[in-house]
Amino acid sequence: MSSAPDRSGRRVLVIGATSAIATETARVFAAYGARLFLTGRHPDRLEAVAADLRVRGAMQVETARLDVTDIGGHAGVIDAAAAGMGGLDVVLIAHGTLPDQRRCEESVAESLAAMQVNFTATVALLTLVANRFESARHGCIAVIGSVAGDRGRQSNYVYGAAKGGLERFLEGLRNRLFRSGVDVITIKPGFVDTPMTAQVPKNALFASPRRVGRAIYRAIESRRSVVYIPWFWRPIMCLVTALPESIFRRLRL
Amino acid sequence: MRTYQSWGRYPRASHTGVLPIVWRTEPPPLDRLDRSILPFGLGRSYGDSCLNDGGLLLDTKALDRLIAFDAGNGLLRCEAGVTLAAILALTVPKGWFLPVVPGTRWVSVGGAIANDIHGKNHHRAGTFGAHVVRLELLRSSGDRLVCSPEENAELFHATVGGLGLTGLILWAEIRLNRIPGAGIALERIRFGSLDEFFTLTESDQQYEYTVAWVDCLARGRRLGRGIFMRGDHAGWPGAPPSPLVEARLRVPCDAPAGLINRATMRAFNELYYRRQVRGRTRSLVPYTPFFFPLDTVADWSRLYGAAGFLQYQCVVPEQPGSAGMREIFERMTRSGEAPSLAVLKRFGDVPSPGLLSFPRPGLTLAVDFAFRGQRTLALLEDLDRVVRDAGGAVYPAKDARMSPESFRRFFPQWERFAVHVDPKFSSSFWRRVQRS
Repeated sequence: MSSAPDRSGRRVLVIGATSAIATETARVFAAYGARLFLTGRHPDRLEAVAADLRVRGAMQVETARLDVTDIGGHAGVIDAAAAGMGGLDVVLIAHGTLPDQRRCEESVAESLAAMQVNFTATVALLTLVANRFESARHGCIAVIGSVAGDRGRQSNYVYGAAKGGLERFLEGLRNRLFRSGVDVITIKPGFVDTPMTAQVPKNALFASPRRVGRAIYRAIESRRSVVYIPWFWRPIMCLVTALPESIFRRLRL
Repeated sequence: MRTYQSWGRYPRASHTGVLPIVWRTEPPPLDRLDRSILPFGLGRSYGDSCLNDGGLLLDTKALDRLIAFDAGNGLLRCEAGVTLAAILALTVPKGWFLPVVPGTRWVSVGGAIANDIHGKNHHRAGTFGAHVVRLELLRSSGDRLVCSPEENAELFHATVGGLGLTGLILWAEIRLNRIPGAGIALERIRFGSLDEFFTLTESDQQYEYTVAWVDCLARGRRLGRGIFMRGDHAGWPGAPPSPLVEARLRVPCDAPAGLINRATMRAFNELYYRRQVRGRTRSLVPYTPFFFPLDTVADWSRLYGAAGFLQYQCVVPEQPGSAGMREIFERMTRSGEAPSLAVLKRFGDVPSPGLLSFPRPGLTLAVDFAFRGQRTLALLEDLDRVVRDAGGAVYPAKDARMSPESFRRFFPQWERFAVHVDPKFSSSFWRRVQRS
C-alpha cells in the first residue's frame, strides 16, 4: 500500500448512501481516509452508516437528508457538500428503487413515479454536478445503472427504460466532459444479494454487496467508462442484446 | 430466497419466511407476527439451535455496521451481524485482538454471544461473553433493553449463551486485548498417547493459546495420539494478513455419500500425524491459519455429502486418571463409525457468564461424525451417558439430537433461563429439548 498514490482526504459525495451497494463502496473510500458527505431519506439510517464509516477510517463524514424527487433541494445539498468538505472530487449517484412492474403496468402514476426517482431526478442531479465539475475542470461522476437498462424485457421494462435512458444521457455527458478532464462512469451491476432482493431465490449469478462495492471503487480508480459488475455480465448482455427482435419478442424474460 | 440451514446440514428445516433486519433504529413489529421467530446470523451452528422449522428467521446479515471503536482502551461497539473477520480487519492493524475467537472467523457477534463461544485461550480468558460489556436486546414486546452484568443483569446472563431465544441482539460492546502484532509464535509437539497429552497440557498456564488435534482412530498403545499446539501473540513482519479474503479452495457441491469413511479418515489422520516429522517445531505464523483452520477450505461441510454430519462436543470434569474422557475415546474407536480428527483442550476455571453457557472446568473434546442414521445417533447417545455420569455437558451450538433428560442434567440452570425466553422466540433445538 505504501507505493499507492495518497488517496486520503478525497472528497466524495454519495447520493443514496444508505443502500447496501453505496455503503460498501463508501467503506472502501473510508478505509483510504476519504472525506464523505452522505445523503438519503432517513436521518437515522444516515447516522448509522456515517458512524460505521468514521470507525473504518474516514477523515470526515457529514450527512444531509435528501429526497431526490425534491428537485428544488438538489442545489442546496450539493453546495453544502462542497462547502462542508472544501470542494468535491467524486460524486457517486446510487439512489434508486426497484419498482413493481405489474403495478406500473396498471398505474400511470406508478410508472411515472418510478421514472421520476430512477431517471428524472438523476438527470437533474447530473446537470448540476456536471456544470460544477466542468468549470472546475476536475472531478469524477459515477452513476449506478443496471444490466436491466441494456434491453427492455416484459418483467421489468419500466425500470429498464429508466436505466437505459440514463445510460444514453451518461454517454453524451461523458463525451461532453472529456475535454474538461472530467470522468463519467456508468456502473452496471447484475443481481446483488441485498435486503432489497431478500425474497428472491438466489443463484450463482448473485454477487455480494461487498464485492460490488469494491468493484465500483476500482472502476472509479481506473477511470473506466462503462463497467459491468461482476465482469461476466458483459458477455451475457452482449448475447442478450445481439438477439434479433423477431426472436426476442417471443421470449418470456 | 437463500436456503437457511445449519453448518452440519442435519437436520434440515423448512422455514416459512425470512425477515431481514437492516436497521437497528427501526425494529420491526415482532409482536404482530403469527409464527415463532429466531435470529439467524451466518449459520455456523452445527445442529438445530439456529433453525426454526415451520417458523420465521430474522436474518441479521445486513446488521453489519460498526458503531464506535476507541483505539485507546480497546472498546468496540458494533451491530450484531458484524463478523469477527470484519472486526479483526479493522483492529489488528491498530494492535487490538478479539478476546476470544472460535475455529472460524465467519461468525457474527450476535452468534458469538448467543452461543457464548470459547477458543484456544479458554484457560486464561474464559468465554466470549465474559468480555461483553453490554448489549442491546430487542424483545418482541418492542422493548429495547440495554443489558450488562450491572443493568438488567438477569436478562444479560440469560442472553449470553441463550441461543437467540431471549430476543434479538441489536448491538454489543466488547472489550478487546492489546497484541504486539499479527503473528503467532507457535510450537507444535507430537504426542503418542493421551497420557502424553495430559502431561503437555500442564504447561497451559505459560501459554495464551493451547489446543491439540487427536487421531480418534488410533487404538491400543497409540490411543489418543496427536499434535499439541501452543502459542502466543507476536509481531509479524510486513502487512498483516487480511481476514476478509475468503478461502481460494471451495467445495463446490455435495460430495458423494460415503466419501468420508473409516478408511479415508484413517489415511487422513495418519498423514496429518506423520506430517509432523520432528517431535517438536517452533515457528512464527500469521494469526489467520493458526486460529481459523476451518476457513482454509470454504464450504468444507459438503465433503460429508447430502446427509450432512454431526459434531459432538462435550466437556468432562477432571477426574483421577481422566476416566471419563478415556471411556469416550474407547467407545469412539470401537464404534465402527468414522470420527474425524478431534480437537482436545483443557478448559480453565474462569466462570462463564451465561445461564446456559457450555464451558466449565474440565477436558473438552470436539469431533465430527458423518451422519449415517440410527447407528450414529446411538453412538452419540451412548457418549451422552458417559458425559452425564461424569457430570459434564454437551455443547448446544453443535447439537442436533441430545435428549431432554440430558439437556436438563447438562444445564441445571435451565429453569431459571426459561423464564427469560421471549414468548415469540423459539427454535428447533429449544422445542426438542423442552419435550417432556
